[in-house]
Formats: sequence, structure tokens, C-alpha cells
Amino acid sequence: MSNPVVTPSTQSILPGTVYPGAPDHHHAPTALPKGFEAQADELITHYPVSKRSASLPLLHLWQETFGYISPEGIAWIAAKLDLQAINILELVTFYPMFRQHPAGKTLIKVCRTLSCAMAGSYALCDYLRQECKVGEPDAHGLATSPDGKYSVEFVECIASCGTAPVIMINDDFHENVTQRRADELLLKYK
Amino acid sequence: MKNPFNHDITPADAPMLNVQVDGVWMQFPKGLNVVEVARRASKFIPHYCYHPKLSISGNCRMCLVEMGTPKLDAERKPVLAADGKPELNWIPRPQIGCATMISEGMGIRTESPMVKECREGVMEFLLINHPLDCPICDQAGECKLQEYSVQYGAEGSRFTDEKVKKPKRVDIGERIVLDDERCIMCSRCIRFSKETVEDDVLGFIDRGSHTTLAVHPGKRLDNNYSLNTVDICPVGALTSKDFRFQMRVWFLKETKSICTGCATGCNTLIGSREQTVYRQTPRENEAVNSQWMCDQGRLGFHYIHLPERLVEPTAKVGQGKLHTPWDEIIPRVASRLREFQPEQIAIVASGRLTNEEAFLLSEVRKVLGGDKVLTDIVPRQGVADGILRSADLNPNSNGVALFGISNNGQTLAKIRQGVESGRIQALFVLHENLLGDAGWPATALANLKLLVVQSILPCPTSERADFVLPGASFAEKRGSMVNGAGRLQRLNKAISVPGQAMDDWQILLQLKAALGGGNGLYTIEEVFKAMVAATPALAGMTLSRIGDLGVELKNANADRSKQPASTP
Repeated sequence: MSNPVVTPSTQSILPGTVYPGAPDHHHAPTALPKGFEAQADELITHYPVSKRSASLPLLHLWQETFGYISPEGIAWIAAKLDLQAINILELVTFYPMFRQHPAGKTLIKVCRTLSCAMAGSYALCDYLRQECKVGEPDAHGLATSPDGKYSVEFVECIASCGTAPVIMINDDFHENVTQRRADELLLKYK
Repeated sequence: MKNPFNHDITPADAPMLNVQVDGVWMQFPKGLNVVEVARRASKFIPHYCYHPKLSISGNCRMCLVEMGTPKLDAERKPVLAADGKPELNWIPRPQIGCATMISEGMGIRTESPMVKECREGVMEFLLINHPLDCPICDQAGECKLQEYSVQYGAEGSRFTDEKVKKPKRVDIGERIVLDDERCIMCSRCIRFSKETVEDDVLGFIDRGSHTTLAVHPGKRLDNNYSLNTVDICPVGALTSKDFRFQMRVWFLKETKSICTGCATGCNTLIGSREQTVYRQTPRENEAVNSQWMCDQGRLGFHYIHLPERLVEPTAKVGQGKLHTPWDEIIPRVASRLREFQPEQIAIVASGRLTNEEAFLLSEVRKVLGGDKVLTDIVPRQGVADGILRSADLNPNSNGVALFGISNNGQTLAKIRQGVESGRIQALFVLHENLLGDAGWPATALANLKLLVVQSILPCPTSERADFVLPGASFAEKRGSMVNGAGRLQRLNKAISVPGQAMDDWQILLQLKAALGGGNGLYTIEEVFKAMVAATPALAGMTLSRIGDLGVELKNANADRSKQPASTP
């Protein structure tokens, strides 16, 4: 049996498919803001039994800080928690609230659950998209204007069914949003 | 091989529990789950995600059974029925068998109408998004989805909507292709990579109705055990690039054998059709490789089908080589060998020879002059990986050492010295390339008056040989080997030798007969018997006693201590 020097098969195969949800090439700042790591370390101390449980809090922290979860963010969090990047990517792709792309400066969330839907939230969302000149929504339902100023997306119930339709603009809550009210709000967030 | 989980094995001293399986009370060791208990009661519970060697995830829901616990009276004592057995309270909802450990007095139903209905329901859900591309799927014929569909599924689907589209032909590793549409999300591959190989590269992204198995961008499923995921994938989601589209599995003849890639000797099935080997898969043996084997060993068989394979015996004539029939070449080799004194002859054997071949070679050596004929093997040192691969890359170092033809490479330098100085004038080389693996310079063989090479592929050494005797590859022979841990195991013949090549033991037997007369051995069984008679370490063995799983050689311990350290 001469020389069965085994090299694992290297024959190539049909071109691979790109993974859905694979992060694109946006990049996070190369240096972390001051105090970021200390904040992360503090969050990890909340979970003495398993560091892995800090995955979600760290993802929230990253998104609050940088606006979205970049591949660098996934790698950083995985390394911080002694996990593999795939373990973090699983979470990022599961929760709709985690973005893998930056959103517009002003992020408008329109509730589409029952009361709001019946009170006209679909028409309201169409109107907001049109006024903010955002394009077609991406795979995660987020539509962003080309100038990066606005993003509009549907969300599920934000717990104010009696005052439907309701929207959130960034962290502010707005009730009984008619088209006229929407115009006023847009002026305010111009 | 140490598995992180062994759900199918309980300690020998595990207490026995009374469990009712489909109305019959039986006893099973504590620590088993319901799937394993049913298996022991000859009641198969279908399952996809459950694997006895992996953690339990309980996500496929295929192993749903009905479960009951003893009815208790006011004093919390079991209520006994007329037959003295406990009466059971049946839980109105089904339970998954894989994650349910048996307990005293428990009852399970594996064939009730509810269980059948559950299985039909699960099958219907699993097939909703499955592409049903069985005609072009490599898994077809050994696909659990197909098998259970026939046995447990309903005849039709009520689903009329569009199937979810997912990535196809995803290149997730050097040797693996993923079809996400076929995946049923059992997570066996994820758990195997993480738990058994500790290479946590796989995961589910976009969980929900678009759950997709993926590697992280930039990462690859490239570890040396990756192809085991193809074996444990119950469907055709993970396929081997090497085997993909090569052969329909139902045409494969499966021959029980062992891997000859290193001294671990993983038990294998050689999948062949007519005279071609298409794949090797691991065969369960808890004493050796459990259910796994490394990719290197698994794929290390293609050399046996190389077009340059030596298929006819040849003798050097002038500068050329002439095909010479066996009945002519053997006597010629014998008569040339007899021209030399024992001190002028040396044999370079191989740690890849079977025990039978090594034994016959030692007989040939006896005729040529016994201990005066220097002999050794070419050692091959690799790196043990702590899982299955041994540091000794010769599959039978321990075996050949039993027959006095190996000094573990220590004599090799002396042989080379003798050959270079011209003191050794005749050299018989078996299955080794001195100018390659042994690292001899091309000039080393210049002084030889006779070079006989028995091999299966041409190499610089065989190019210089006066006589080339084409032998058999591991897939073409029967015989036995002793692995690094001292376990005697059998190789079996999956295909015939190509052309006029001949089984090595037959070549050696004929050579021995030509040199010193016949010895009444004609079959491999007879050779084995003669070998056992001459070798105390093998006392009491027969080829059939070795069985499919091999036997541990207690007596081999003494010989083993001299071998290079290996981790089975």
C-alpha cells in the first residue's frame, strides 16, 4: 500500500449560496467608547451562574451604543462571553429588535396590532413612509430613507390600545396619531 | 473513544426497574430513557433528533409516546390490580420518549391510536417545507424521513401553500455541502460538533418559520470529524462532497472491515459496487471508535483506484519492464534470492501488513536464513488528536511485532547502511517506498544486486526494482490486525484485486513454497491456524472467533509496551 498520504478532499463544488442574514460590510467604530467595556463587565456580573445569559443584555448595550449590531459587535460579545460567534448570531437573527444594519437618525415604530390596525395604522404607516421618502422595507421590515434621516417600521403592540393608533419616534411615545398629528410630529423631528 | 453522552449504556450495577411496555411488564436498568427501553423490548420508537451519543434536545417530537405512572391510594401506596401489578394512571397528553427517563412502575404505550396519530401529525409538519427531491437526493435509500414517511406518515399532505425557500448547495466546509431546504432542524450536527469534537461552528439562524442551519460567516465546518455529521444527519441536508452523486446507496454492498489509516483501527463499512469502493462509513464498536471515524481515514481509500495501480507482475529486462506471469516470476524471484547469503539479504516490511502476511513473511525469512536476514518496518509517526487518531499511523505495528519482522524502525538505519555499503545485496521491500516515506536518497539503492518490491502503487523504489509483485489493498483482502490498544480485528474483502494483482498472503505463500517447499496451507483460514499455532500471543484464536467487533489480546501486552505511544 504505497503512500496513501491522505489529503482531505479539496475538490471544489458548485458555488455556495450566501447565507440569509449574513451581516454586510458596515463597520463599528474601531475603538470602543470610554466606559463601554466597564458597562459590559458590570452587566455580566448580573449572571454569576452562566456568563452566556449576558448575551442579550450585551446585544442591547451594543445596539444602544452603536445603533445596530455589526459583525464586529457579534465577534466582540462572543469573545467576551467565551462563546462562538455563531451562538450570538443565532440570537441576533432571532429577535426582530436587533438590527444588523444602521437605521435612520429618526426611527418611527408604528403599532400594527389589533386596535391600532383597526384604527388605521396601516394607512398611517403608508403615509409616514411616503412623507419620509423611505424605500421598500428590507427583510426585517425596516425601511430607511436614502439620506439616512428616517426609518419606518411596524412593531407589535406597544400597550396603549385605548389611544390607537400609537407610534414611537425614537424613545418618545405618541398616541392618537392622525395624519395631521403625524405632520406635526414630522416637523418636530425634522 | 469517550463519548460525552451514552444514553444507551448503563452501569453494570444499575438497579432494575419494572416498566410496562405496551401492556407487558418487563425489567430494565435504571438510567435508560423510553426510546432505549422500547428498543430493548423490540418496540421501535421513531426519532430524528435523539442520538444515544449526543445530548438530548427533544425538538423533533417524533418519539411521542403515551406514558402512565402508578395510581396511588390515600397512603400514597401504589394501587395493585388483580394480577398484583400496579394500576396505571395514563397522562392524557403524549410525552417525548427521548427526554423521559424510566421510573419504577411506569407504563408506556408505543402503538396506541394516540401515538399513531401523533406520528402522522409530526410527519405532516416535517414534510410541509421539505422539497421532496428524493430522486436526486444522496440520502435517498437511507433517509429517516423517507423511512418514517412510509411507516408512520399519513398518505397525503393537506398543505396547499408555497413551501419556504431556503439556501441550497451551501458550501459550509471543505468536505460538506448543506441543503437547508432538506434540513428538519434536528440539531444533531450542531450537538455533535459542539460536544464530541468541541468545534462549535454550526447554529440555527433566523429561527422561526425560516430556521436555517448555518456556519458563522467566515467560519467553516472543517474539522477532521466533519463527515460524521453527514452520517448522523437523518435527512439529506448534509452531504459528503466526496460521495455526492457518485452512487445510489441501495446499490452499495457493505463489507465490515477496519480503517487502516492509523493504529486506532476504527471499525468500518466499506461501501462498494462491483469492483469499485465508493465510500467508507464508521461501524459501531464501543471498544474502539463508538460510532465515529475521522475524515482522513474515511476518505483515505481513493488511492486503491488510481489508474497507475500495479496490476501485473513485472521483471526488469535491460532498461525496460516485462510482464511476467506469476508462475514464472515467483520461481525466478526465489532462485535469485537463493544466490545470496543470509547476511546479504534484508527485508523491509510494513506496519500495514496483516498478521497473516507478516507471519508468512517471517516464514519466508526463516527459509532465507532466519535472524541473519535483517528486517524491520518503516515507522510512521503522526499526532494523536485525543479523539480517535493515533500517533502511530501504521495500522498494524502491534501485529507485525508479534512475528519478529519489526524492530519498530530501529534496524532500518542499519539496513540502509548495509545496502549503501554493499554488504546487503538483495532487498525485499513490501508496501513501502524507501525513497519516499523512509527518506532514503535515490543513490542508496545503487549497489543492490537484487531488489524485489511487493506493492500496489508504482513509486521510485518499485521503478528501480528487478521484480515488482503487485499486491492487494486493504479493501481487497481478508486478514487480521492488532490495533494500538492490542485489539485483534478483522479486515474483510469488499472487492477483488485488479488485473493480475494477487492477495499478498498468496504471493508470500507461493514464494515460501518456491523457496522451501509447500507447507499444506491453501486458505486464509489455514494460514491463520498455522499462525496461531506458532504465536503464543494469539493462542486460542480463530478468524471467526475474532468476530465483527474484534477481541482484546491479553497476551499482547508485553509486545505492546515496545510500541510508540498511541491514543486509541
